[in-house]
Amino acid sequence: MASLGIDVLFKGTNFLRLLQGLWVSIEISLISVILSIVLGLVIGMLMTIHNPLLKAVLKVYLETVRIMPQMVLLFIVYFGTTRVFGWDMSAESSAIFVFTFWGTAEMGDLVRGSIKSIPNIQFESAFALGMDKVQTYIYIILPQTVRRLIPLSINLITRMIKTTSLVMMIGIVEVLKVAQQIIEANRKVSPNAAFGVFAVVFLLYFIVCWPISRLAVYLEKRWA
Amino acid sequence: MNTDILIEYLPLYKDALFLTLRIGWQGIFLAFVIGLIGSAILHFKIPVLKSIVGVHIELFRNTPLLVQLFFIYFALPKVGIQVTAETCGKLGLGLLGGAYMIETFRSGLEAIPTIQTESALSLGMNDFQTLWHVILPQAVSISVPGLLANVIFLLKETSVFSTISLMDLMFTAKDLIGMYAKTIECLFLLVVFYLIMLLPISIIGAIVERRMRYGQFGD
Repeated sequence: MASLGIDVLFKGTNFLRLLQGLWVSIEISLISVILSIVLGLVIGMLMTIHNPLLKAVLKVYLETVRIMPQMVLLFIVYFGTTRVFGWDMSAESSAIFVFTFWGTAEMGDLVRGSIKSIPNIQFESAFALGMDKVQTYIYIILPQTVRRLIPLSINLITRMIKTTSLVMMIGIVEVLKVAQQIIEANRKVSPNAAFGVFAVVFLLYFIVCWPISRLAVYLEKRWA
Repeated sequence: MNTDILIEYLPLYKDALFLTLRIGWQGIFLAFVIGLIGSAILHFKIPVLKSIVGVHIELFRNTPLLVQLFFIYFALPKVGIQVTAETCGKLGLGLLGGAYMIETFRSGLEAIPTIQTESALSLGMNDFQTLWHVILPQAVSISVPGLLANVIFLLKETSVFSTISLMDLMFTAKDLIGMYAKTIECLFLLVVFYLIMLLPISIIGAIVERRMRYGQFGD
């Protein structure tokens, strides 16, 4: 395999650097996912409230996030806010902001769907027992929703990890950027390094995402 | 915001939109074909092909399009498979989209009651005729909302084409910002053009979905 450039990865700390690059993406996705799940629970509950104005605002938010490619949102936050408001956001915080903004909308919609799928009689029974709205949500609705939500939120994690590969475009040194650097640095000694290194990056993403999506499928079947 | 600049940039964005649409639709068509063939293979449980389709789905659903494009565009030439940037874009979109389309169509196929197949077979149709004339038309119509969701998802994904130096909307915006630093105008046009491309499909999708609440969604 020497001619295909796998050997380049075993020179010096190249493979370690690649893994560190992957960790940058995963770190950004994990922070964004955790924030999205917390905020998404709130937004999702707000989506079920019957208030026309609130409904309209949330609908616009959800549709905006659904229609705009994440890359466009990244550009708007990273380049646009500096221009308009003079904020000097680092690439990492812009990325976390954008992915949380996106993830919250997606999560909110999942939460809304799960709450809607809880039969109305659960609400009515809780009210009949004298619980107020907050108590009903905390003790009755949310525990049931969480079970339906867990497989769906796990799916969100893989989607988040896949999407964070875009952060390379705003200059964050993540796994693809490191891969490019390694290939560039070894251009002379190993002209075919691109094959080996990109194949490894491909596999690394697969190794990270595949078990997570299998887990989601398993839980979905088990808890359906 | 300066309107003169907007008007000056408009033709560049228009060209980029057409490029995105051209590659996008060809890629999505390829995805559609892969989806039909793949879901038929899974439906009939054809021995070896079934595993290939399974591997394809897992491999392409669990990796980002950006990485897939880099692999096709930068890595494959080293083993003698050279494609142009445009072909690479179509191929990447087709393979990624195919993985999602197979799942969408399969859930459509699974939604068709077995009695439909049995009736068709008892009328003397062979396996292929049953699939082509009886099952597929129903399955595809059930899959339409999921299909449209996939189309929107894939058109959004085209935004990474700029990385393999295709002059799509993202590339144009980035290029213009880099050269003339008219950030606000460039980003404004970028948003407007993505809306022009995706809003109509999204509205159609919402209408279709209201009519029939079936089908699985891509992401």
